[in-house]
Amino acid sequence: MPGLIEFRNATYRIGERTILDKLTLSVAAEETLVLLGRSGSGKTTALRLVNGMILPTGGELLVDGKATANSDLIALRRSIGYVIQESGLFPHFTVEQNVGLVPQLESWAPERIAARVREMLQKVSLPPDEFAQRFPRQLSGGQRQRVGVARALAADPKVLLFDEPFGALDPVTRLDLQREFLRLRAELGKTSVFVTHDVREAIKLGTRIALLDAGQLRFIGAPAEFLACREPEARAFLEVFEDAQ
Amino acid sequence: MLSDVLQDLLEEGLPLLLEHLVLVLSSILIASAIAIPLGIAVAGNARWRGLAIGIANIGQTIPSLALFGFLIPIPYIGGIGQHTAIVALVVYALLPILRSTVTGILGVDPAVRDSAVAMGMTNRQILRKVELPLAAPVILSGLRIATVTTIGTATIAAAIGAGGLGVFIFRGIASVDKVQILAGAIPAALLALGADGLLGWIERRCVSV
Repeated sequence: MPGLIEFRNATYRIGERTILDKLTLSVAAEETLVLLGRSGSGKTTALRLVNGMILPTGGELLVDGKATANSDLIALRRSIGYVIQESGLFPHFTVEQNVGLVPQLESWAPERIAARVREMLQKVSLPPDEFAQRFPRQLSGGQRQRVGVARALAADPKVLLFDEPFGALDPVTRLDLQREFLRLRAELGKTSVFVTHDVREAIKLGTRIALLDAGQLRFIGAPAEFLACREPEARAFLEVFEDAQ
Repeated sequence: MLSDVLQDLLEEGLPLLLEHLVLVLSSILIASAIAIPLGIAVAGNARWRGLAIGIANIGQTIPSLALFGFLIPIPYIGGIGQHTAIVALVVYALLPILRSTVTGILGVDPAVRDSAVAMGMTNRQILRKVELPLAAPVILSGLRIATVTTIGTATIAAAIGAGGLGVFIFRGIASVDKVQILAGAIPAALLALGADGLLGWIERRCVSV
């Protein structure tokens, strides 16, 4: 059975440089695939192929059986939630306007947007009465990331993409948000692709881990299999993991 | 005796002040209509950006009295009078407005623009809802500089028969009459201060949103 997201020999080159080299993998419905790798390994590029932020220069990428190159990219992006480091919230929008952005772009009725925003803020543990009218600069880093997650969830997307969403947070807030992520996943059962360079985060959050190195897939499998992997790049990450224990 | 002089100045001065305002406002409006869309169009491309700012820079370097003079013999846009002066003032106002528009658009946090794309906003929506509102304070600061300098430069427009407060100044210089010079210079300075204050206030309100 084909996955919800299919990378088929997906390649991305900028000039002579190959960022992603013939990546083939599939993401099944409701799983969390973690793309693990060092800086420059191609993991963010792989993520950006999924919602058509970039198109593959070779091979193809299918979402729900349809190649992104033949898709209406605006519609595709609105059907996929996206959370990035430092949240990317609009500084001139209130929390309410930020969370309601995609529903508003999709021309939902105002009452429906307002109700949806309240529901989403409650989901990410931000009391709407206290937070809806604030601006992003009036929030802590952790609160901003929660708003970022609420915004990604607002239009009920079929897929969620996370690009090192907790990378800039202090360790305590980070742990907090990782637990929140697991709770939300149990509750919502969304398909997610999660980019990180933190091996502990990968093992904690992933149902499967894909290890990328220099644009190539070195390993893909469950966290338990990853722990036993002998591949050199995997060993390098596991050393970090063991060192931290 | 003194009050008679003031009475005369006031009677003649009000129409000149109005002329001055018309010169400044039309020049700033025309310059904005050219420079803001142009700035938006070239901001994303380093080559076009350099070219546009380079040309605007050249306009800025021509001495103002010389520019007024150059324009007189040119058909259609030149000649004696107000419209020639407006052409020259527009040339001067272009650079600060163009530069601030480009700076404002480029100053938008790339993460914010990136997430706007990822949310499925069209280019037009990104421009209208994200880039322009976030660039507005910077664009306004350019507009403010352009307005204040145009109020000053517009006094020279009297040299080519465009009227305005410069009429007092040129006449005062010709007849070595300090009162006449001041009658032109003081209102022009007050006008500049007022415009600076007003636009500064708008700019601050823009930032606090």
